[in-house]
Amino acid sequence: MKIIDKPEFTTLIDEKISSEPRDVVGVQDDGEKYVFDELETADDLALDYDVTMLSPKKYIMPQRETYLEYQKSNGDYEWRAKTNPEGKVIVGIHPYDLVAIEQLDKIFIDTFKDEPYRAKRENSLLIGVNMQKASETAFAGSMGTATTDSGYDLLLTELGDRYAIEIGTLEGKEFLAPAETRTARSEEIEEVNRIEEEDIPDLFENELEFSPDELPTVLEENYDNMEFWEDYSENCVSCGTCNLVCPTCCCFSVEMTRDLDGKGGKQTRRWDGCLLEDFAAVAGDENFREEKAERHRHRLMRKGRYIYERYGDIACIGCGRCTSECVPNVADPCDIYNKLKKEMTANAQ
Amino acid sequence: MRSSTSEKFDIKENEYQPVNGTITRTHNFTEDDKLFEIQLLEGKDLGHQPGQFVMLLVPNVGEVPISVTSSPTKPGPFELTIRAVGNVTNAIHKMGPGDSVGIRGPYGTGFKPEIFEGEDMLYIAGGIGLAPLRSMINYSLDNREKFGDLTTVYGAKEPAEQLYTDELQDWKERDDMEYLETVDQCPTDQEWEGRIGVITTCIPDVNIDPDTTKVLVCGPPVMYQFVLEELDDLAVPDENIYLSLERNMHCGRGLCGHCQMNELYVCTDGPVFNYPEVRDKEEAEV
Repeated sequence: MKIIDKPEFTTLIDEKISSEPRDVVGVQDDGEKYVFDELETADDLALDYDVTMLSPKKYIMPQRETYLEYQKSNGDYEWRAKTNPEGKVIVGIHPYDLVAIEQLDKIFIDTFKDEPYRAKRENSLLIGVNMQKASETAFAGSMGTATTDSGYDLLLTELGDRYAIEIGTLEGKEFLAPAETRTARSEEIEEVNRIEEEDIPDLFENELEFSPDELPTVLEENYDNMEFWEDYSENCVSCGTCNLVCPTCCCFSVEMTRDLDGKGGKQTRRWDGCLLEDFAAVAGDENFREEKAERHRHRLMRKGRYIYERYGDIACIGCGRCTSECVPNVADPCDIYNKLKKEMTANAQ
Repeated sequence: MRSSTSEKFDIKENEYQPVNGTITRTHNFTEDDKLFEIQLLEGKDLGHQPGQFVMLLVPNVGEVPISVTSSPTKPGPFELTIRAVGNVTNAIHKMGPGDSVGIRGPYGTGFKPEIFEGEDMLYIAGGIGLAPLRSMINYSLDNREKFGDLTTVYGAKEPAEQLYTDELQDWKERDDMEYLETVDQCPTDQEWEGRIGVITTCIPDVNIDPDTTKVLVCGPPVMYQFVLEELDDLAVPDENIYLSLERNMHCGRGLCGHCQMNELYVCTDGPVFNYPEVRDKEEAEV
């Protein structure tokens, strides 16, 4: 573990902003919300934030992305897969968002070798920061994602006028090299451990009332509990905001656009959401998930059970974004999980 | 950079790179159903299994999943039978020989022929569901000695809706495959001397040994549960039944999420499923 004084860290980031070929982005206060945005100066960093509007997923899996182009030549079409390999230096990622990116890595890189994702991911540098505040709706403490020991190049923990820095990768170490740092003293290491073990778990007002390990079972047991899903989603407006703000949602739609000169065009993928009405519709007027209760259930099942069955991860990392952004307030996964657990217990009796 | 030490992979070929295809022949079966024969660039072989699908890219319009309808035993170009129901399928219906498309795939689990070799086979096809099944029917006819008894049941909405009419004639005349056909109805302006009734009315008449017969089913979503009930009455064990299902697919490779059916992805876990795999999946609607 290394120690860096705050002014020295600011100097390092400022120097990177001017010298890095990559964009340097970080958490900033935009007046209403905290957001990840391009940094003009390190002074704009707001590393004591509670939660950002969107997760840094947007840099690795952008909301819209062209992955294929085509051109007409001699009457035939030439297709060219295209990858934008532009990575970013991302400063200030909370552990739950690091965990979310690791889950996406497992799906997009390890399983499916998705080149557009892989290129941006491999070329990005992730600088995490331990939480100093939590939003009212977050429950990462219950999900085991409030702290992490992987998924970052560097991880900062604020110690008053200094940051303790965990080095996760060689690239992280090299990034830090130009700055003046020293090795942490025993009491500083102990302080970081204490923060991770005592302070951070205390930040959360919202809590899961059982172990997240039970989630796949709790969901499975309640799959047919249609009364619950219909009740809970009664006021859902199928807007897909819960999908939009989720750091582990990764479904997309594909669309082809023709260039105005008529000589070619491109294939673009964009974020899509399983709460939207036509998500599972096929041509010929068949919709395989027509009822909003079914769509609402599918989202929860996917987060807590399906992804677990397939990849071994609970894909809800407790950031609370869907809860705070849901207009009719029917998306709170923590509340849903707790209620489902109660339903289960009641049924058992 | 990823901090885990997972092995880096070399991208030899980006998964999203289509191969150029040229339409070499088309044939209209009905107003809405048309066969397209497609030759890949440089005579490249598609290398598919019966029951697999490709992602078809129609320039300037979009991309759709289409089952390959020709058997891998057919040399040269492959065939797709396409019903005009949406933007992309209506657009390709306006295309013809010499026109160029993009092809990704083949994708999905097909009717793995090695599972079925040596077995008796019953094929049950409803409407456009004959398109994917035809790849397997012709595979088994082309490798006739590798299979036991063959039976095909085909139901169309009305006589004029029948696909592959020349081939159906051949199937009728062959003595190495039983062939039963029916139409839901026969409008007064059409001629039909055969059976009238929905496809399930044929099933009690098939002459099969339920224990030694593998049954392959493909049709419109509403058909499966009724066919499955009939097969149950024939005492066909569930594990002998295979269903080819259809869902919305945008990527064809297990990522985009549109074709999810509970925890299953139709594009990678299917589209061909052994019935017990999907029996208890509510979203499979079977």
